Parts: sequence; structure tokens; C-alpha cells
Amino acid sequence: MNGNFDRTLSSEDVMRRRATLLQRLHVDGILLLLLLVLAAGSLFVLYSASGKSWDLLAKQASSFGIGLVAMVVIAQFEPRFLARWVPAGYVIGVLLLIVVDVMGHNAMGATRWINIPGVIRFQPAEFMKILMPATIAWYLAKRSLPPRLKHVIVSLAMIAVPFILVVRQPDLGTSLLILASGTFVLFMAGLQWRWIAGAVAAVVPVAVGMWMFVMHDYQKQRILTFLDPESDPLGTGWNIIQSKAAIGSGGVFGKGWLLGTQSHLDFLPESHTDFIIAVLGEEFGLVGICLLLLVYLLLIARGLVITAQAQTLFGKLMAGSLTMTFFVYVLVNIGMVSGLLPVVGVPLPFISYGGTSLVTLLSGFGVLMAVHTHRKWIAQV
Amino acid sequence: MPQPIRLKDHEKDARLVRNRVIVGAVAVLLLTAVLVARLYYLQVIQYEYHSTLSENNRVHVQPVPPTRGLIFDRNGVVIADNRPSFSLTVTRERTGDWEQVLDVIVEVLGLSADDRELFEKRMKQGRRPFEPVPILFELSEEQIARIAVNQFRLPGVEVVAQLVRHYPQGAHFAHSVGYVGRINEKELKELDPINYSGTHHIGKTGIERFYEPELHGQVGYEEVETNARGRVLRVLKRTDPKPGKDIVLTLDIRLQEAAEAALGGRRGAVVAIDPRTGEVLAMVSQPSFDPNLFVTGISFKDYAELRDSLDRPLYNRVLRGLYPPGSTIKPVVAVAGLDAGVITPATRVFDPGFYQLPNYDHKYRNWNRSGDGWVNLETALMRSNDTYFYDLAHKMGIDRLHQYLSRFGIGQRVSLDMFEEATGLMPSREWKRITRRQVWYPGETLILGIGQGYMQTTPLQMAQATALVASRGKWIRPHLARTIEGQPPVDPNPMPDIVVRDPSYWDQARNGMEQVMHGARGTARKVGETAAYRIAGKSGTAQVVAIRQGERYDRSKLQERHRDHALFVGFAPAENPRIAVAVMVENGESGSGVAAPVVKQVMDAWLLGEDGQLKPEYRSPPTSPEPSR
Repeated sequence: MNGNFDRTLSSEDVMRRRATLLQRLHVDGILLLLLLVLAAGSLFVLYSASGKSWDLLAKQASSFGIGLVAMVVIAQFEPRFLARWVPAGYVIGVLLLIVVDVMGHNAMGATRWINIPGVIRFQPAEFMKILMPATIAWYLAKRSLPPRLKHVIVSLAMIAVPFILVVRQPDLGTSLLILASGTFVLFMAGLQWRWIAGAVAAVVPVAVGMWMFVMHDYQKQRILTFLDPESDPLGTGWNIIQSKAAIGSGGVFGKGWLLGTQSHLDFLPESHTDFIIAVLGEEFGLVGICLLLLVYLLLIARGLVITAQAQTLFGKLMAGSLTMTFFVYVLVNIGMVSGLLPVVGVPLPFISYGGTSLVTLLSGFGVLMAVHTHRKWIAQV
Repeated sequence: MPQPIRLKDHEKDARLVRNRVIVGAVAVLLLTAVLVARLYYLQVIQYEYHSTLSENNRVHVQPVPPTRGLIFDRNGVVIADNRPSFSLTVTRERTGDWEQVLDVIVEVLGLSADDRELFEKRMKQGRRPFEPVPILFELSEEQIARIAVNQFRLPGVEVVAQLVRHYPQGAHFAHSVGYVGRINEKELKELDPINYSGTHHIGKTGIERFYEPELHGQVGYEEVETNARGRVLRVLKRTDPKPGKDIVLTLDIRLQEAAEAALGGRRGAVVAIDPRTGEVLAMVSQPSFDPNLFVTGISFKDYAELRDSLDRPLYNRVLRGLYPPGSTIKPVVAVAGLDAGVITPATRVFDPGFYQLPNYDHKYRNWNRSGDGWVNLETALMRSNDTYFYDLAHKMGIDRLHQYLSRFGIGQRVSLDMFEEATGLMPSREWKRITRRQVWYPGETLILGIGQGYMQTTPLQMAQATALVASRGKWIRPHLARTIEGQPPVDPNPMPDIVVRDPSYWDQARNGMEQVMHGARGTARKVGETAAYRIAGKSGTAQVVAIRQGERYDRSKLQERHRDHALFVGFAPAENPRIAVAVMVENGESGSGVAAPVVKQVMDAWLLGEDGQLKPEYRSPPTSPEPSR
């Protein structure tokens, strides 16, 4: 034993040999397992929600494959290396958003995409979901914690620019996620509680003042319908009434796979994208949703462990923010479909149909893996 | 004092982040618990509620369209109401193959391929999923029975009772009240999609169009439970719609009918206005059409017939018809001349039968080739002497003429609430420079003085100009709505009253017009002789084809449709005006011979009691400051 111990410590080669394939690929086994479980579940639910469309499943599966490749590629880079490219990435990201803004106003419509026909077509806002926390983490990691007022203000300014540009697209869901990912970095960096309390306390009177003195009646009406969609049952409220009935009629164990009635027959216009949880709730019941939530919680738990174990401050802030933002996806999506929150376009992570969000999410997990697997050996003991 | 050097304390940073991780974990757990609680509430506590709805049944939100406001004439006679009517609706999502279902409908009802095409077009107008789209209206009993027998072959097809607009007075008010029709794609884009979600019809012209927001009302909705075949089983929740506002019109159906009878089948227009209030009492454009044809969609054949008819029944002559006012404008020009100071009541002009501008050869003819000799203002109006008014217009000049006539509403929209009223044209130097790139010639001013040339007016404008002479310059925009849900309409853009230097100028104009009817040499004395009260009137002629210099108007050479339009305007009782009328008879040729009797018949219908005498309320002249004649 003693002899072995000596050799183990002194020789990295032995450790290398012991490293599994996953470790050599810089992939975290727990995260990978949970992601594969979600992907499999997603295909099941999508098959039902899409009206048994193999075509759709094939597309979703291939997006998942592309996302996994992106995840593994990103995991190969050392966080320190990634951090070096963050400021340039942020500047380019913001410039692309401005390009989209200007083009959109000229072309009327199609305001989210950058499209060079035959070459590439993408939404710059999606990149921002990862670049945003990276930028704030890069900025704060060089400074002492908790951040001082000056640094908080600079951070908020850096969050505000892409946030406002995305709101103008208009894409409320994505802008909210960008805002969350940036502010979670501040939170993880130990933003002082009294400042948080102060910000909340300041928002209330400003909002009340705007409401009473600045806003027009039609604007107030729009906000009221936004906050309470069911007051507008012929508009957005229609979706909510239908999705609530779908979820509620699922009961504890659900009606069984492919046996949902509410969510088929086109009652839910977005049953395979943002409102897919209604299909899941109807066919698999409370048990099904709770199982899904359990998988999500395990993912989040793993993410928080990675945050706590990260060696660099940049890694910690980045991992913490990505994990918490992931939770925001879940919370906002299920909250809006079940009628708790206003309707903003946020997909249910890994379950909703949509290639772009899959690739972005998996890239985020790639960053988490990079943070975790590039630690120095000494600390892993 | 030197600042202490800040060192980066990695241990402290790590501790700080770890604390935040714990806070985050707690928050995640708490919020997840909230989500689970919400799902527990929906799926366990409310399970019964939701599952009953879902067990073979569906929750469905459907809009409840508001009832369209009714339209009455001034006496409360219904002009537009809503009649229950059976329509055939198709809910595309429940049909399986909707094209095949349409085939079955066509087969069962024995319809044509044209109808099939129409159905397909209407199906495409569906706006929301699960919306029953009406494709056929006014089903007969037999059609309903045929559908019922074949119901098993027609999934998603239903016969529903709907309120559909109906115009019990038929063609009488087609040009004033207008009609509703199915919402077309262009209108759909501009409408409030929520408020119109249950509405299939919208005002297309006339009052129905102008007061569309008031007549429509506010949509309601109900949450209903339907079975798998789409039949409503029960209503879960209901918010009632707010019905549209009722409108009482200023029109009087008896006067309207009398005016139509007075025209007697000829093409033309009649407008009657109460000069004290601006209320339009009758508005006739003949020929007319049955507005009910348009409500549920007019057939191609019927529409082609209306559209291609030489008599142009769809053409609104009152609001869209443009005619030179001819001599009917002379009373207005007279007031303008008096106020501008270029003439006095005593001014005399010698008429040899024509007028010549100094240094020009061109002879501007009086209609009476032999001339009227010396004429003053009264005679000029009575005899409709052109020479006097050539001279007057020449003295005024185009600029002042334009200014005065514009104040009487020529060349602009005069009505308060009429849809698509034409502006007409009151020419000016400026106008000619811009549109024709030419300077104004003095000769063009002369013919404006007798209402010819570039000037174009609608019958409504002629009636309003006459009403202004009757009301001594008091401007109230002519309007069709008397009250909207009890409230009179408000004019957002009132015209300024016409104030003249001496109010007696109005009397000069009126006096001349009375002489037209009652003077020994008045042009319309034959009509005036038969009147039971005094009328102030003026005839006019609107040329259809131009007559060249030196040529004479020879009716035998002209086709019927190239003959002049006969015009006549007037108000009565002359000393206490209660009604101002303008009449245009298309190709009627003689203002005083053809149009004047129509004017008098309309006035009689309004002013005379059953005993053939002036109704008592119109008899005594009001105590007015005007000097006694």
C-alpha cells in the first residue's frame, strides 16, 4: 500500500492510464447520462406531440447529435483559454445584434436571424446566452469579491446592451434568459444582499410611478393582459386555458402515451414546442412531470457541485450562472404553461422541439464540463 | 495614510461563491416545490373538473358576436334590423377531409360548381382553429332538412341560427344607409382581430360604414364544453357582448317615398335639408338597388347586372355625382356680389342677348338670344339672365369668387357623416396653375358666374348652398344621424357661419328666387302658380356635351343620354324656410320644366297637411329682425 501510494503521487502516467475514455474526452459521465435520459424522453413525448411524425423526430435527434459534438468540442478547451476570447466574442455578438436590429428595421420582419444564403443562418441572440455570463464572469473574476459598486454598474451596463437589443427584436423569452444569465454571475460573485434589496425597493416606486403618471391606457391594458392572459381568452389566454385543461386532465398517472386528447387535434397550436409540457402532463400525469423535474434537479445539483469544486473564479462564476439559468428555463416554461407566469417564448430545455436551443443548451453543458475536467489533478484527490 | 494593499483572497472568494451556491440550491428547491404544488392543484385537486371536460369533451372558447345596432328613420320606422337566419357552417378541424365534405354539401343541396368555388373561398377566411366558418346563408326549410338527413356524411357541418342584417325598406335607403357585407381579406387585416372574432359582416357603405364602430358593439365570449362532434353541451362561463348603438336617422320615410314618386322612374337625385338644423330629410339617388342582396354575398350574375346596367344603379348620384351647378348657383353669386360691393340691388346692366369682354371678339350668350334689355338683380334672378351674371363675375374676379363660393361649401366635403362624399371642384388660379399648368383666363371667370366651366358640385352641395341662403348663412353640416344611442352627433370640424356686411343681402337673393316662382315673368312661374305657399327657387342646366361657339343646342340632334341634366333648387316657405331641396334629373333638359315640379312635390309632401293647406306649425313667420317687404 505504502509503496503504491508513493508511486501514485509521483507519477502522472499511472493516473493517465487509469483515466477512462470519458475522462480522456473531458466528458462528465453524470451529466452525460442525465442528458441522454432527457433526450430519450424528449423523443418519446415529441412522437406523440407531433402526431407521430418520424420526420420531426429525425430532425430533433440529429440536432441532439450536433449539440453533443459541440458540447464535446467545447469541453476540450481549458476555461482559461476560453476566457481569453470572451471580450472579443462579446463585442462581435453585440455587433451582430446591432446588424440584426438595423436589417430588421429595413426588411420588416425576420428580425432575429442573420442569413447569408447558402453559407450560414443563425440567431446571434442564441450565442449571447453563453457569451453573456462568460463576459461578466471574465470581468468580475479579475477583481476582488464581493464586487464593488463601480464594477456592478459596469456589469449591469454590459448586460443592458444585448438585453435591450434582443427586447427590440422582439424576443422577450431570450432577452429574459440573457438578463438572468448575466445577473446570476453577479449573484454568484456575492453581490451584497442590501444592494439586491435596494434594487428591488427602487423598482417598486418607479413602476408604480410609471403606471400612474406615464403610461397610456392601452399600454396598461397590454401589460394587464400580459400578466393575466386568461383575461383575454380569445387571444393568448386561449392557449393557457387549453394547456391547463390538458395538464389537469392527466391526473396522477396520465392517460398513457399517445392517448392524450386535449393536446392532440390541434387544440394546442404550439404543442410540440413551447407548450410540450402540456402533452407530457396529459399523457404521463403528475408522476411523469415529477420524474422530469427530478432529472432536471439532478442536472442542476451536478452543476452546483461543479460550481463549488471549480478551481478558478472564472470557472465558478460561469458554472454557477449557467446552472441557475438552466433552472430559469424550466421554471418559466412550466410556470407559463400551467398558468402561473405570463407567456414568454421560453422552450422546455431538451424536451421542446427546436435545434437551435438544443445546441445552445448543450454548448453550455460543454462549458460546465470544461470547467470540471480541466482541474489540476492535485485537487481531485 | 497609505491605502492597505488589496490582495486577492482566493479562499475567501471560494467561500463566498459556495455560500451563494447553497442559497441558489435552496431557491431552486423552493421554486420547484411551487411548481409541483401548482401541478398538484391542477392534476389532483382540480382533476375532476379538467377530466370531465376532457373525457370525450373539449373546452372551447368561442366569441359571442354583439348584436348590431338598429337603424330607424326619424319617426321610428325600422330601416335596418337583424333577422335570425339559418346558415351552414363548417369546422375544418372536425371534417376530416374538408374538400370532400364540400363536395357532399354541393351534391346534397344540388348546387353548382360556382357555389363550390365560393364555399372554398369562404372556408379560407377562417381565422382561428376550430372556428365554424359560415359558407351558406339563408337556408330554406328544405335545405335544412336535406342537411339533417345527410348529417352522418357531413362531420363538422352544422346548421346554426345567426342574426343577419336585413333592410325591410329595400331599395329606399340603399344610397344613404348603405349596407353591410362579408368582411373581406383587406378589411380583416385592418380590423381589431379580437373585437371582430365573432363577426362576419361589416359596414361597406353609407351610414353602416360611417358609424361602423358605434353600430358594431363589443364582443363577448363563452367558454363552452363541446362533444367530440363539436356540438355545444353546456356553457361554462360567459361574458356578455355589448350590443352596438342604435341610430335614429334624420330621414323621413314618407318624404323619401314622396321624393322617389316625384322623380317618377327618371334617373336623378333629390336631397332635402331642414335649413335650421342641417338634418337631411330625404336623400334619393335613382335608380337604386336592393341592399339585402349584398348582405350574404351577392351572386356573380346579380352583381354583373347591377354593375353593367347603363342606368348605373350602384352610382350614388347625391354624393358622388358631379355636375356644374348651372344657374342654380346664381343666388349665391348674387349674395357674394352684394357683399363684395361690386353691385347693389339697384345696379342695372343692359342685355342685348350676349356679353362681350372689352377687347375680345368672343360673345358670351344669354340663354334668351333676343336679350332682356335693362336688368337689375331681381330681374336677373327672376329671368335667370346670364348677361347680368357674366358682368357680375367679371367685376368680382376669380379670386373673390373662389373665396365666396368656398365659404358656401363648393369644392369641399360638406356633410358630417356621409361615406365617400365627393369634394367637387371650385376652381382657382392656383388650381389651374397646378393641374393644367396654365394661367387663368378672364373668360373662365365669366362662365363661373353662371355655374358653368370647371366648377363641379354634388347635388348635396347644391342643396347645402341653398339651405345656407335660406338660413341666412348659418352653417350646420348636413347629417343623416339624428341621434346615436340618444346622443346627437358632434361636428369635429364645424364650418364658420357666413356673415355678410348687411343681412338684407340675404333678402335680395331670396326675393329674386321668389320672383322665379311667383313673378309674372319668372322662369318657373307655372310651378309657382300651383303652390299653396311661397317658394324661393332657382332653375339650372348642367351641360353633358359642350356646345361650340356659334352652334345652337338642338335637342333633336342629341341622343337621349347626351341631353342636358335638369337642375332645380329651392326652399319654402320662403319667409320661414323649413325645407331646402335640390333636384337633379339626368338628361331632363329643362330645370324649370322638369326638375321644378319635383321640388314642389317634395315640399308639398313635407309642408302640407291632409287638407292641402300649410301645416299650422309652418304657417306663422317667426318674429325675425329682417325688414318687412
